[in-house]
Amino acid sequence: MPQLFPSSANTIVYAGAIGALLGGATLVWAFVELTWSSYTTRVDTVLYQPVPFSHQHHVGGLGIDCRYCHTSVETAGSAGIPPTETCMTCHSQIWTDAPVLQPVRDSYATGRPLEWNRVHNLPGFVYFNHSIHVKNGVACVECHGRVDEMPLISKQKTLYMKWCLDCHRHPESSLVSAEDVFQMAARPVPSSETISNRTKERGVRSKIITDCTACHR
Amino acid sequence: MKTSLQPRPAWVSHFTSRFPQWRSMAQMEDLPEFRSYLEREFPEGASEWSDGLSRRRFLGLMGASLALAGFCSCSRQPIEKLAPYVRQPPELIPGEPLWFASAHLLSGVARGILVESHEGRPTKVEGNPDHPGSLGGTDAMMQASILQLYDPDRSQTPLKRGIPSTWNALLTELLRPAARWGATKGAGLRFVSGRTTSPTLLDQMNQVIARYPDARWTIHEPAVNSSALRVVCNVERADVILAIDADFLGSSPAQLAYARQFARRRKPGDTMNRLYVAESAPSLTGAAADHRFVLGPDDLFRLPERIEHVLSGASDESMSWLGALARDLGNHSGRSLVLAGEFLPAAVHEAVYALNTRLGNIGSTVQYLPGLPEPAKALPFSDLVAEMQNGKVEALLILGTNPVYTSPADIDFAKALSRVPFTLHHGLYVDETATHCSWHLPETDTLESWSDAAAFDGALCLLQPLIEPLYDGISPHELLAALLGQPAAKSYDIVRGYWLQRIGGADFGETWHRALSDGVVAGQTLRPSPAVATSTPRTPPEPLSGEGLHLLIRPDPHVYDGRFANNAWLQELPKPLTKITWENAAHMAPSTASRINLKHGDVVELDFFGRKITAPLWVLPGMAEDSVLIHLGYGRTSAGKVGDGVGFNAYALRTQEAPWGGSGLQVRATGARHVFSTTQEHSAMEYSHPVRFATLTEFKKRPEFVHAIEETPAYEESLYPPVVYNGYSWGMTIDLNTCIGCSACIIACQAENNIPVVGRDQVMRGREMHWIRVDRYFSGPAEAPQILHQPVPCMHCENAPCEVVCPVAATVHDSEGLNAMVYNRCIGTRYCSNNCPYKVRRFNFFHYSETKSPTLKMQRNPQVTVRTRGVIEKCTYCVQRISAARIKSEVASRAIRDGEVVPACAQACPAEAIRFGNLNDPVSVVRQFKKDPRNYSLLGELNTRPRTTYLARIFNHNTEIS
Repeated sequence: MPQLFPSSANTIVYAGAIGALLGGATLVWAFVELTWSSYTTRVDTVLYQPVPFSHQHHVGGLGIDCRYCHTSVETAGSAGIPPTETCMTCHSQIWTDAPVLQPVRDSYATGRPLEWNRVHNLPGFVYFNHSIHVKNGVACVECHGRVDEMPLISKQKTLYMKWCLDCHRHPESSLVSAEDVFQMAARPVPSSETISNRTKERGVRSKIITDCTACHR
Repeated sequence: MKTSLQPRPAWVSHFTSRFPQWRSMAQMEDLPEFRSYLEREFPEGASEWSDGLSRRRFLGLMGASLALAGFCSCSRQPIEKLAPYVRQPPELIPGEPLWFASAHLLSGVARGILVESHEGRPTKVEGNPDHPGSLGGTDAMMQASILQLYDPDRSQTPLKRGIPSTWNALLTELLRPAARWGATKGAGLRFVSGRTTSPTLLDQMNQVIARYPDARWTIHEPAVNSSALRVVCNVERADVILAIDADFLGSSPAQLAYARQFARRRKPGDTMNRLYVAESAPSLTGAAADHRFVLGPDDLFRLPERIEHVLSGASDESMSWLGALARDLGNHSGRSLVLAGEFLPAAVHEAVYALNTRLGNIGSTVQYLPGLPEPAKALPFSDLVAEMQNGKVEALLILGTNPVYTSPADIDFAKALSRVPFTLHHGLYVDETATHCSWHLPETDTLESWSDAAAFDGALCLLQPLIEPLYDGISPHELLAALLGQPAAKSYDIVRGYWLQRIGGADFGETWHRALSDGVVAGQTLRPSPAVATSTPRTPPEPLSGEGLHLLIRPDPHVYDGRFANNAWLQELPKPLTKITWENAAHMAPSTASRINLKHGDVVELDFFGRKITAPLWVLPGMAEDSVLIHLGYGRTSAGKVGDGVGFNAYALRTQEAPWGGSGLQVRATGARHVFSTTQEHSAMEYSHPVRFATLTEFKKRPEFVHAIEETPAYEESLYPPVVYNGYSWGMTIDLNTCIGCSACIIACQAENNIPVVGRDQVMRGREMHWIRVDRYFSGPAEAPQILHQPVPCMHCENAPCEVVCPVAATVHDSEGLNAMVYNRCIGTRYCSNNCPYKVRRFNFFHYSETKSPTLKMQRNPQVTVRTRGVIEKCTYCVQRISAARIKSEVASRAIRDGEVVPACAQACPAEAIRFGNLNDPVSVVRQFKKDPRNYSLLGELNTRPRTTYLARIFNHNTEIS
């Protein structure tokens, strides 16, 4: 009986098997890379905004406190996006003719809200609350980065569940003292003893914050 | 391992002899169709792929879904818009709800509510604890009112002969003859409206009558027997209550107050009240009774008189239950209460009044107050129709009522309407009446406009809008103001103007704000109108009598007189006693049905003095012999997408002289069969004694009886290591002694947790999505069974059978003891549901959540995920409320207080039967209830250690009645 396959078939099969493995691995690698790329996560990506608002100028330059605009950050789930009225408290007095502020003046005059493109956006099934993080000493800079150095705001963290859980599993090293929460520059590296005391004194119960029900309902 | 199975004492058999409890006649007779419900997770066909599916097709579908799932995950998160306020209201923080006091109206009578509002979008209704008509509780209709507000079928624009028009066009057409009415004193001008208790509206009505003296006003309220006297009770004061066909714990404007008062006296002990109910058809009150007597209508009518005879010594009934009952009432003079049903003839009410007088109850447990006010010179409905037929009516304005559908069958209102030149219908829907009128004007919902109203006891409250009218709605106040020459007046100014005039004073602004924030106007009660004193008291007519069965016509417990027919939550809510959804039925006692050779599910023809309808027959244990009960509110033709063509129209058997039925009904089989969409056999558990009960005497003798009748494994008998909860540990108790089975908890849960409706077809397949169900059991003989209710949510078992079978850990315990459900992990194997002995897990067989209608989206609770197809869901103990309370307390550096977390079901419960709290808190209310000797676990023998437990029901039997 003649041979059905030439001897080169062996090579083809070996090459094919290795190729399939490599191909599969490449696909997995590509998928992981894509998932974590800034294209997907939008980390460091500046979105178009109707007004090129500069946190660098307002926070870094003028030294306005975060809570001047994000008023409910200590009391509610949402930090609060300032209403047009807040912009106009100053800009009815200064830069009153600046063309970049035209949409703000229009909004104030017509009553139509400004429509910002959302930079930090969690999926609908995640329930995040600012007030409890602020209360427990998670500094603004911990999640939002050096906002005072950003001319145009962009996301600094992926906001992926892995990133949330990394901190929820070991919150100690990310907590600062109450007076430092709103400090941009202060990014203290706590000493080992404060680390161990911090979660206790804050009453952070590490068990509940890794429960599914802490963030999902 | 030490065994816990001890030999049971002999007295236990006394309790176990009462088993089993049964859900339906099919279970009692152990028919195979019931076995299939019991042994299966879902009924036959619910979880099968009914198409003939080949292997090739299966592989194709699996491949396609895999590929599609892969592609879906390749998308980036879309960019969303953020639109902050231009001027943010100071009291509002985006994402944090605000609460406003208002009221829900049932046939014009107010029950106070607190409405949750998210950025101007009302999402949930709760009871107002400060309002006498609510006391913090709600009923199903109040809970469902939020869905009515967003109903996409609501009328959206004025219509002239069915063609869209405008309010201004209507005004022009309305005000042209109005000038002439001034000259003719309004002769030929007629109004029909539902009952109202709004002092502002009544004032406006009287102003209209004063301006057009020959105009007349007709009150048409189909499901209410308006009488000259209003009976207001203090149920809490009564030690002994006799309700004669009086369903005071069932749907009525006073239900919430009475249920709470009743429940406060149900703690087993010396202060426990005793309730006797004599009735022809089972009601919620009958189910709550200590002694329920099934009497035919004729015996019912004679009952007060016979009691009177015993009390006066004229007859000797010493041996019978009647004698014992009469003596019990007599022994509690001034602390007893006799109630006559709203639909009983006048003579019975008079006899009951005499009985209450004799017992010294008047002023103590019951008050007879003047009836609700009516506008001056009110015209009876029949006279109005006669005038219409005679062509005497030039213009008819129909306000918020639907007489074409709800008129008695011997009145052809539609035909009479065609003889009136100008007809205007003002209502929420383009209903049967609207389609017969020349004009239709959309009405604002009560959550969209200003008004005021009175509670059942006369206390007044204000209604405030939660949202701008969604459509071109006009409130009745604005419509009447237009007739009074102020077409531009707004409801706010009209209502505030009335109150300024009524109470005035320098500090009126303060009073007004206080009334708005409290939900009641302090110290202000309904003024009886002088018209009532002069008009002849309208009393229920004597029932018709003839050869045949007795017909009982009653409003439906959920859709009422038909006004809520387009509310899908109420349609899908199982009726309290039959668990029927999406339809109505003719109910009959088992013995009567078998005597005339009818079976459950037969389609029968009901012939009442020549008027005929066909209806499916429901064999209901506990009905009186030779009686047939039917409910109004179904068979609508112009209700909307939800309510059209559902059930049969019982108004077709209703006549002016017999609005509530009478004897002379003929029932014939048509030969056809009907399959009900009922949930009474769904989620049946393999268990003989879900509801444990005893009499008060037995309980005092054997307080431990609930544990003795079942062998619960000892705590250490588990393969799993014990879990210690150091922080909070949540738990719930449900008191079966106070639960009245009203089902308010089901709708409250539905509104809070974004639970979808599935429709009649899906209910028949056992796919209803309610997270809490109220099981109704019968115990005892089919002629006069004991009716038992048991609300069953997820038990949050400590040894949860669902958790161990989930292949993807989609259901897990959290560190506060909750059995959490993680939708994003769920892949829909339904193993958990299959392994749940309580059958409380619900599966989204389809994408049931309505996400297309823009208005229905607005109702959603933003704090709860909207589930999609293919995932399991179940009770979460309202984890969103726990989280909110935890964060709030931690921000304030304190612990969560007892009573701070109230799940939606517990908040709605008018009888305070559901308690929830921290089991680790030694002083929490729930902990006290857990210590009660009546506390037991459902299916405790399985060692699931449920966190939700029940308190056994205790009957305060009269020992003289066996």
